[in-house]
Amino acid sequence: MHSDPEAIRKTVRTYWMIGAALFVFTVITVAVNQIHLAVPLAITVALIIATMKGSMVAAVFMHLSHERMWIYGALVLTVIGFIILMTVPSFTNMDHIGTPIHVAAPAPEHGAVH
Amino acid sequence: MNIPYTVEERPDTGLTNGKLGIWLFLASEVMLFGALFSTYIILRTGAPEWPHGELNVWLGMANTFILIGSSVTMVMAWASLKLNDWGKHRLYLIATFLLAALFLVNKYFEYASHFTRGELPSHSTFLAIYYTLTGLHGIHILGGMIVMAYFIGPGAGLAKKSPDQFANRIEYTGLYWHFVDLVWIFLFPVLYLL
Repeated sequence: MHSDPEAIRKTVRTYWMIGAALFVFTVITVAVNQIHLAVPLAITVALIIATMKGSMVAAVFMHLSHERMWIYGALVLTVIGFIILMTVPSFTNMDHIGTPIHVAAPAPEHGAVH
Repeated sequence: MNIPYTVEERPDTGLTNGKLGIWLFLASEVMLFGALFSTYIILRTGAPEWPHGELNVWLGMANTFILIGSSVTMVMAWASLKLNDWGKHRLYLIATFLLAALFLVNKYFEYASHFTRGELPSHSTFLAIYYTLTGLHGIHILGGMIVMAYFIGPGAGLAKKSPDQFANRIEYTGLYWHFVDLVWIFLFPVLYLL
């Protein structure tokens, strides 16, 4: 993080530009939504734009683009935890315990007497 | 007794205690909201159908603009302080506070319109998770406003006694505030658009 006034003065311009970019990306998100894309595509596009916006906020406003190792370390652990949390739904969907298993009945043998 | 490392950085971490503290707090917040996003995914993938167009997109978009604007004013409040421009610092911090209040006013009208139509959390799974996520986020906005009100009012006195410590406190408040903005950046498309 910058601490000398000259460096901060230069960063101020970046703050306004990032703010403007965030406004533009919000408009794009809503505009894409008005096109009525297929749900999987709409989710992908919206989340990509949201991730880009989130990265800009974190990198510039929260000064993460130039922080100390200890903060990156704490955030790496957080990201691992977050990924586990987001993976839980997939495991839940794969869990078939309690679901009846349908086994196909064996085909009758040729020449069998009924 | 003075609390150590509020202004100078610790030799081992290279950070002030407050900065490491706020980042650890934000890490716990990521897990809190992450758990609720995970719940949302489970509910949505398990639901036979999911409602679309139940929320006012334009009101949600307006609130996104308001929060982004407040993030810019917040970071400018900190930058003005570092540039020794006390007047601009006050102006930007008050603007951030007012934008936060405007966000909650919009949210109030949004909730009120749902309530009058009988759309309570018990109405559907979607509304249950909607109220949980936006309600928790709203509480975070309120928390940020209380901290900002403190630094606009009684807490501002610290700026004269210890300007560097005050600037650090404004920076920590900003980090929290940007996180609240970041959460909304994901809440908006997930709840209003998809």
